[in-house]
Amino acid sequence: MRRFRLAVAQIAPVLGDVEKNLALHEKVAREAISQSVNLLVFPELSLTGYFLKDQVTSVALAGEEPALAALRNLSQRVAMVVGFVEEAPGHRFHNAAAYLEGGEIRHIHRKVYLPTYGIFDEQRYLAAGGRVRAFDTALGRMAILICEDMWHPATVGIAAWDGAEILLCPSASPGRGLGQAEPFQNSSTWERVIRAYGDLFTCFVVYANRVGYEDGACFWGGSEVVGPTGASLAKARYLEEDLLVAAVDAGTLRRARIANPLLRDERLDLTLREVERILRGQAGEGPGG
Amino acid sequence: MVDLRLECETVRKILTGFIDNEVRKAGFERVVVGLSGGVDSALSAFLATEALGPQNVWAILMPYRTSSPESAAHAALVVNTLGIHSLTVDITPMVDAYFAGFPDADHVRRGNKMARERMTILFDHSARLGGLVLGTSNKTELLLGYGTLYGDMASAVNPLGDLYKTQVRQLARHVKVPTVIVEKQPSADLWAGQTDEAELGFTYEEVDKVLSLLVDQRCEVPDLIAEGFDEKFVRAVYHKVQASQYKRRLPVIAKVSSRTIDRDFRYPRDWGR
Repeated sequence: MRRFRLAVAQIAPVLGDVEKNLALHEKVAREAISQSVNLLVFPELSLTGYFLKDQVTSVALAGEEPALAALRNLSQRVAMVVGFVEEAPGHRFHNAAAYLEGGEIRHIHRKVYLPTYGIFDEQRYLAAGGRVRAFDTALGRMAILICEDMWHPATVGIAAWDGAEILLCPSASPGRGLGQAEPFQNSSTWERVIRAYGDLFTCFVVYANRVGYEDGACFWGGSEVVGPTGASLAKARYLEEDLLVAAVDAGTLRRARIANPLLRDERLDLTLREVERILRGQAGEGPGG
Repeated sequence: MVDLRLECETVRKILTGFIDNEVRKAGFERVVVGLSGGVDSALSAFLATEALGPQNVWAILMPYRTSSPESAAHAALVVNTLGIHSLTVDITPMVDAYFAGFPDADHVRRGNKMARERMTILFDHSARLGGLVLGTSNKTELLLGYGTLYGDMASAVNPLGDLYKTQVRQLARHVKVPTVIVEKQPSADLWAGQTDEAELGFTYEEVDKVLSLLVDQRCEVPDLIAEGFDEKFVRAVYHKVQASQYKRRLPVIAKVSSRTIDRDFRYPRDWGR
């Protein structure tokens, strides 16, 4: 990877209105270009809004859809991660995020873990993705994990072991649990988690959360860029739209990995053996012995 | 174990943002709120004024002949403090005209009728002024069913429905609702000397703790009893929540088609907004 400027577009998409959201993406992308940003990360389902329910099928796009053409064109000037509902072959609908660069779609990640509890209902409407892959870009090797994917540390491990230097996490996190925490109980948990991942996997973590309200639920913003020592490099405002810009560079990553060679010492063979043992046990009576 | 203290400044920001967002998304810029003189409607009016500006908030005062004069004075205090529009509609003639035909009606029927009379006035002024009806029901009364269905429970946008009564008081103090309103005994003011806590048989402090454990912390009744809460009290609260579930839902619809409203026809309320 080289030194570059990345930005998080902390926006409030309009629920169910792809056209308005495309215009918003273009506007923010032009602003990012004017600030010499090289990579712009939008939140989860940034082109559609989050609590879609039965609208999922109406707002879905195929990956090569003309609707994305304007953004693909803009990606010749700034690489982008955009969130959308992808209609895959067989009419499976995925919560997806695409990496656009040089006028092309370089990579699509389909959300693997679809939360279906509490206020979430994703498995009712969406199909789960089946892959976690790092991918090469002009700016370095990256991986995308969408929101709930990050709450399963194995997916973060896979991304890091697959060589990701920058972990991109589009999110649509509704605030829950008012108390003494600022601004929500779940927001402070997120902050602990992404900083720990930066530290444990010695990689950059870009957390791109949205703002705005849908059916009374409020997305808390607070997007953040975390460095490979777990330090917070930049933090967006809570509850308000923002364009969060941060510079990342290979030197920081190199020094962190020298100081803390956790990835070098990773025992994937051991992990694989033990996971296989546990799976065999689960196929039988319970945890393997 | 139960901490109902709020980070009030954050909540204030979220709720004023909510009012602004939900009202404008629906294509409006005004709200209409029934001011009773109590802390809930006072707080709703304070938050709406901060969100939309005093010129966009219309307070409607709807006394009945037995309403306490103190209530009217407190409602007027809110109107004057905020500089919002106000209008008084006495509901005595219509309520009394109706009960002239049913003189044996008890407190409950009369109270419900008054609440629904007020609702029809609020929605009429909603149409007259082009403003959404702002709700004032808090989480405690919504969970206990301590409200009139299609009466005071009716609204378009409710900023307080996820705050317990004791939290409403904290936030009201924080946004500087006059102390005399925050500290007085809560009352539905349907008859002289009525107070919520006497009618319910417990204090808001007590019931908010139990509700928070049952609802927010997902405790079961035996967990609370093991924690030392009075069994009769906990079961009574649980029963009230269960018995009033119907008030928190649309009327039950007999399913015969392949796609039924709210069962398998599911769109967000903010659909197309």
